[in-house]
Amino acid sequence: MSEVIVITSGKGGVGKTTTSANIGTGLAMLDKKVVLLDADIGLRNLDVVMGLENRIVYNVIDVIEGNCRLKQALIKDKKYPNLFLLPAAQTRDKDAVTPEQMKKLCEHLKEEFDYIIIDCPAGIEQGFKNAIAGADKAIVVTTPEVSAIRDADRIIGLLEANDLHDSRLIVNRIRVDMVKRGDMMSVDDVIEILAIELIGTIPDDENIVISTNNGDPIVNNTSCPAGKAYFNISKRIIGHEVPFMEFQSEKGLFGKLRSIMGFNN
Amino acid sequence: MGIFGKKTSRNVAKDRLKLVLIHDRANCSSEILEMIKTDILHVINKYMEVEEQGLEVKIGTTRSDRSNTQVPVLYANIPIRNMRNAGVKHY
Repeated sequence: MSEVIVITSGKGGVGKTTTSANIGTGLAMLDKKVVLLDADIGLRNLDVVMGLENRIVYNVIDVIEGNCRLKQALIKDKKYPNLFLLPAAQTRDKDAVTPEQMKKLCEHLKEEFDYIIIDCPAGIEQGFKNAIAGADKAIVVTTPEVSAIRDADRIIGLLEANDLHDSRLIVNRIRVDMVKRGDMMSVDDVIEILAIELIGTIPDDENIVISTNNGDPIVNNTSCPAGKAYFNISKRIIGHEVPFMEFQSEKGLFGKLRSIMGFNN
Repeated sequence: MGIFGKKTSRNVAKDRLKLVLIHDRANCSSEILEMIKTDILHVINKYMEVEEQGLEVKIGTTRSDRSNTQVPVLYANIPIRNMRNAGVKHY
């Protein structure tokens, strides 16, 4: 059974593209056939995060407008032969596509792939409407900040209004030290406010910047906290039971031991 | 609360967010609430005497029985001054 999952947030800069790249790669590592669809027409970035920017010939608009066949536009990943990218057009804008066309494209992709991961643009306008049109499920990314959570709440409402129920939440860029100090909302605070089910938390990890610099998703490196956290999310998506480790309650020796042993996510 | 009784920025953020979301979710400004208040007073006054100063109308959240999620709810606290006219119809 194929599944179309849209990665969305409302606010920009909270980690939608990074999350899309890592979940897509994670699912491919779990032997699923995956396509990453960049729906951010005019501001494409998923290609650079994946390190595939030099291979683009055709894009999603070319496919929709019939300038090329789907197979011609799909870019195979460097590492995983079962992972593909369908890049956004850079010289067009969000109005170049309609929700109906996106729906049709998703149906088409479902015949070929196990998972279709859609990287949604920021905002709630046309680009958002296009990105969610063909989705079966939504993952909402937020950070523990007032503005990001407010926008996430609005997005959850809009998803519900578009019949996308049971959205799952990713809380990104958690800083354990700040939560402990009482200077950052905890994952539990965010869940309490947004009242949707959690699928994973990502610690603030400087390795993310390094991996984006290199165009190599961090999930390839499960020895670092963020990479492990993304891999855990990918496992949860395919139905594995991976326990949530509370990294905000690491206190004393036991907590330190847990983190040394890599039990936090 | 922090060690010295000062509210942590975490809790400040949480409280501010909760309030902002109540209004975002209800799509209801304080002006509209004022209008609701006037209308409620108008209706109740037909049947009984109401303590106008004590009247309180606000939007909050409650847990839904059906879906087990937080849903918005309109609270109205209407103190009655005099029940004397209660039940008398003023058509």
